[in-house]
Amino acid sequence: MTSSTLRPASDYPPGGDAFRHRHLIGIAQLTPWEISYVLDAAEEWVDLNRSGAAKHDDRLAGLTIINAFFENSTRTLLSFEIAGKRLGADVVNMHAAQSSVKKGETLIDTAMTLNAMRADAMVIRHGSSGAVQLIADKVDCPVLNAGDGRHEHPTQALLDALTIRRRLGSVEGLTIAICGDVLHSRVARSNILALTLLGNEVRIVAPPTLTPPAIDRMHVTTFTDMDEGIRDADVVMMLRLQNERMDGAYLPSAREYHALYGLTEKRLEKAKPDAIVMHPGPMNRGVEIDSNVADDPVRSTITEQVEMGVAVRMACLDILTRRKRGVVGWN
Amino acid sequence: MELKPLHIVNSQLIDGDTPRPGSLLVVDGRIAGIDPTEIPDGTETVDARGQWLAPGIIDLGVFATDKPAFHFGGITRAALMPDNGPLDGAGLVERAAKGGKPDLWVHPLAAATKGLAGTELAEIGLMKQAGARAIATGRARIADSGVMRRVLSYAASLGLVTIIHTEDEGLTAGAVATDGEMATRLGLASAPAIAEAIAIARDLALVEETGAPVHFRQVTTARGLDLIREAKAKGLPVLCGITPAHLLLSDTAIGDFRTFARLSPPLRSDDDRHACLAAIADGTIDILASGHDPRGPEDKRLPFAEALPGMAGAETLLALGLGLVRDGHISPGRLFELLAATPACLLGVDAGKLAVGKEADLILVDEGTPWQVDAKKMAAWAGNTPFDGMPVQGRATMMWKGGLRIR
Repeated sequence: MTSSTLRPASDYPPGGDAFRHRHLIGIAQLTPWEISYVLDAAEEWVDLNRSGAAKHDDRLAGLTIINAFFENSTRTLLSFEIAGKRLGADVVNMHAAQSSVKKGETLIDTAMTLNAMRADAMVIRHGSSGAVQLIADKVDCPVLNAGDGRHEHPTQALLDALTIRRRLGSVEGLTIAICGDVLHSRVARSNILALTLLGNEVRIVAPPTLTPPAIDRMHVTTFTDMDEGIRDADVVMMLRLQNERMDGAYLPSAREYHALYGLTEKRLEKAKPDAIVMHPGPMNRGVEIDSNVADDPVRSTITEQVEMGVAVRMACLDILTRRKRGVVGWN
Repeated sequence: MELKPLHIVNSQLIDGDTPRPGSLLVVDGRIAGIDPTEIPDGTETVDARGQWLAPGIIDLGVFATDKPAFHFGGITRAALMPDNGPLDGAGLVERAAKGGKPDLWVHPLAAATKGLAGTELAEIGLMKQAGARAIATGRARIADSGVMRRVLSYAASLGLVTIIHTEDEGLTAGAVATDGEMATRLGLASAPAIAEAIAIARDLALVEETGAPVHFRQVTTARGLDLIREAKAKGLPVLCGITPAHLLLSDTAIGDFRTFARLSPPLRSDDDRHACLAAIADGTIDILASGHDPRGPEDKRLPFAEALPGMAGAETLLALGLGLVRDGHISPGRLFELLAATPACLLGVDAGKLAVGKEADLILVDEGTPWQVDAKKMAAWAGNTPFDGMPVQGRATMMWKGGLRIR
């Protein structure tokens, strides 16, 4: 069902002009055709990843990729690690908890240290908005943002777009409701940018305490009523609610949040009959999403998102290292 | 050493609204005559070659005694904020006051509360005896209204103005930017601009009740300025100030996470910026200061939210102020009221004006010379200017402190 959405290579500018960035910092820097270029490239890797026992392509053989995670992560780190290894790269993971960051070394010094180890690409996650850009400005290799503060998480938005495109045939002209803690969510920001750029109507559904100020300036409509917000939506994208938001500062309690904003089967009836349900994980079952919705094999795309994540990250690592590898047309 | 009398001729005097040709005589470190007819024997003559002759700038509210930057900027006196130390004892105040003499006078602003903690009154009276010219709440306001009320009435009884920072700490907790599209796109924790008006409203109520004179060091929002305007109409003893940053930059300047534009209070919306320009034109704003707060890479080369707020402003204050004149917002005379006369009045020092009997703190200003702000080549000990790369016009070419030539 998906090959119809693939554009012929001749639709894109030749060589490196198809993706004119040294780093992947955010969706904000991308054009619609660059997003679509990455998604098309990822489709290939989906096929490889599904192709049975030996899922290997050695185009990144001999390259070193450092995954520097200054903030805890399981699935994104694993996803990038698998993506790098499937392409034949040597992948090293650095966890902030084990590193000299805890000893007071500044972020720039850490970045310069990693740079001196001659990495060929760095994948970075950091708890502070803008931190990944700061590092990218100081190092010689491509930098991929695996999430910086509340700012951006571009590979998540790309894998979500790919999931939608494969499920619904295209990711254009759809009504997409992003629901939950938008204020603290980099996933929401990257998705808003990507999905509006691709020509979808994006709605934000959140309690007022978790709606970012002036978010309408990002070309979305805002709702505080969940039933209204997801009405006739093609996609209901749930966000994770961090436990610390439920202690009374932003929300009275988890059970009140579930009553007002939890995605239940009954509530989902408001959306289009074939609407899909997405969640970046990890889920709080029974808080933002009910188990029977999350586990619905027809409507829930949650495990598919994880699968697309590996493919999208393989595509990004491949594209961003082409200059280094001397691929023709990428200089 | 005896100071020779000094006659500055062929200058454009800034002693009224617009510059006028004239000369000025200095005897014994004070202004002895304007357009004098008799010149004492042995007088040294300086030809100003048509440049502006203005009072030296009195920079109200700086965070470091950074002499090279002040001298570059035509600043002859600086009122030092109490945050480093903090300046909450007579000995510290006395030492800070000696920090720049003879070629720069530092007027320490005493901490209003012990340790600037906002809970107990500092020894304001003893610090006054040691040379403090006003008191200040530091980088934050005093959250406890009861403490604030006691501080105001106590300082007023000693004839001291209280210099206030105005942000409501509940609304601004954790925030590093003003609510708006820019903060939301960058994913930065932000606070609503009304955090300022709320803090001002409380303190104005206390001023009305106690009659204590106050200066709101930086008022940067339309709503805050409206409150000041109303208070002045009521005749309350209220002054307010601003730095060039909030007049010339809006929160778009923090795009790309530029930590040099991380300020306290944070940069505001463009609507608020225009309200500030209107308020400096209509006289609501009384003082223009640099907020000089040099910070090195250890404080600024960090992710935005982890960087410390503050800018190196002393070198650009005069040129940016002259820009306000050139753009028609204020007259040359008014610029030097904002930069010198009103700060002098607040601090109770006999300077800040070209008038007979005043201290001869003087600068010659070449108001047209173009130059470019360059963060890498600043006289300040750190180049954290949000105006990096901006072309500006005008600089101080000569300076006298108490009749002594220092540049």
